[in-house]
Amino acid sequence: MPESFILIPGRTSRQGTTLNEGKLKGEYLRETNTVLMNPDDCRRLGLKGGERVRLRSAYGEAEALVEPAKPGELPSGVLFIAYGDTSSRLMGADTHGTGMPDSKGLDVTLEIPPSVLQ
Amino acid sequence: MNETKEVKIVENATCTFCGCVCDDMVLKVEGNRIVEAKNACVLGKAWFLNHHIEDRPVALIDGKPASLDAAVERAARILTEARYPVVYGLSDTTCEAQRIAVAIADRIGACVDTTTSVCHGPSGMAFQGVGEVTCSLGEVKNRADLVIFWGSNPAESHPRHMTRYSTMPKGLFVPRGRKDRTVVLVDVRRTKSAPAADIFLQIKPRKDFEALWALRALVKGVRLDDGIEAETGIPLAQLQDLAQRMKSCKFGVLFFGMGLSMTRGKHLNVEAALALARDLNEHTKFYIKPMRGHGNVTGADNVVSWQTGYPFGVSLARGFPRFNPGEFTTADTLARGEADAALIVASDPMANFSQPAREHLARIPYVVLDPKETPTVGHAAVAFTTATYGINTGGTVYRMDDVPLPLRPAFPSPYPSDEEVLRRIEEAIRRFQNN
Ligand code: SF4
Repeated sequence: MPESFILIPGRTSRQGTTLNEGKLKGEYLRETNTVLMNPDDCRRLGLKGGERVRLRSAYGEAEALVEPAKPGELPSGVLFIAYGDTSSRLMGADTHGTGMPDSKGLDVTLEIPPSVLQ
Repeated sequence: MNETKEVKIVENATCTFCGCVCDDMVLKVEGNRIVEAKNACVLGKAWFLNHHIEDRPVALIDGKPASLDAAVERAARILTEARYPVVYGLSDTTCEAQRIAVAIADRIGACVDTTTSVCHGPSGMAFQGVGEVTCSLGEVKNRADLVIFWGSNPAESHPRHMTRYSTMPKGLFVPRGRKDRTVVLVDVRRTKSAPAADIFLQIKPRKDFEALWALRALVKGVRLDDGIEAETGIPLAQLQDLAQRMKSCKFGVLFFGMGLSMTRGKHLNVEAALALARDLNEHTKFYIKPMRGHGNVTGADNVVSWQTGYPFGVSLARGFPRFNPGEFTTADTLARGEADAALIVASDPMANFSQPAREHLARIPYVVLDPKETPTVGHAAVAFTTATYGINTGGTVYRMDDVPLPLRPAFPSPYPSDEEVLRRIEEAIRRFQNN
């Protein structure tokens, strides 16, 4: 069953430092493709960290690695990801007349491929 | 071979990695490399120390190495022949280059838009609606005794904001620095900035508008009931406490981040914050500033404003400027499949835009100027490798508080500056148009 979450893309130090090494390099790609989840949600879903999950929004989908956030950092039901290609893929094109697509607080569903849970 | 590299020290250099634009860098330069960046934060160090002259062709046409002359001709041809061109990016280059990009847009009747539209564009709309009670970071440093960060994580996005400008420094009217100030953080996440705050309020996602209006009500003396906690995640007592602190401080400032401008509601969220700051001036001195991201995104707003009268999302197609976010902003003109060519300066829409916008961009011929290889460079009809502003070229940039600062480059680059390439493209366009 896909689980519903609110996804918050944002900046991180690592995204900023690895950006200077190159957007096409491994470190940047990993940082911007890792989604953080409340540790209680991880436990409930049987995720330990390092698994690949599938995120879907009304506009697109992307795969990402999942890692537990530090306790207290994220409320249950909220995911965080560093801005990058993955977050852009989930963003809609409609800007509601502002020029800015909804880029934070996105409704997404998260699906865990069966192979991960075996 | 034993090469002795010239070592030099560049004092008071300017970091252009983020909107703080710290201009107290001391750079140690060995030949074509910066080996030390004193005073830089972790992001600034990564910016300076990773910078080296890459071995890339000065220009590519359809992905193949080309001469600068040939690339200028092709770029000018694409832009002159386009019927609905867009000029986009501009926030990571100098004001001198930005003004030429706007001139090109004017000449070819393009929509000119900057990355502001996808960071604080909604804030720009809100400024027009409500106004901005503004001050410089110098005033914050010397006077602010209440500093609020809302939807912003300066510890990771602007690491020296707190230490250099807003919370730590000792100032004229806050002689004990941090001890004389109260720092409040409002965010959905308990970010790395939380330990630096005295008060942290964890707000529910997408409830900023409601919380800001609740504060406006409390500042005006309107009674609210406990239901506000279920709505916003913040207990009424904490909101009352914050409202009281805001009214009774001597000099308060609210720095807001993209947590407001990028979340549903966007300009309405920012309008709520601006109106709160305005209301507070009935009681005390209270200011509000956006936390601007890119090194010269504030310069882009300024340059586009003084050349067209509007900060971003401007169409020059009819020979006079028209401003309409949602219509002339690049995320929209691309996603709707309208633009038929583009000039992209120092930005990476192929990585940052929505899927429909990227797909359309991949279908049209476009010209890109960038010091580094990016996904946008990879799909360009014409790509120029340019010198990095602030490291290899001088010029002017605006700090996030609209203070212009000069750049002091560390060493020259074999590649031309954005300004030089744009000037040559503009000349070629003029030549084509006159023939
Ligand atoms: S705070 Fe920003 S401008 Fe200052 S050194 Fe760090 S990255 Fe550079």
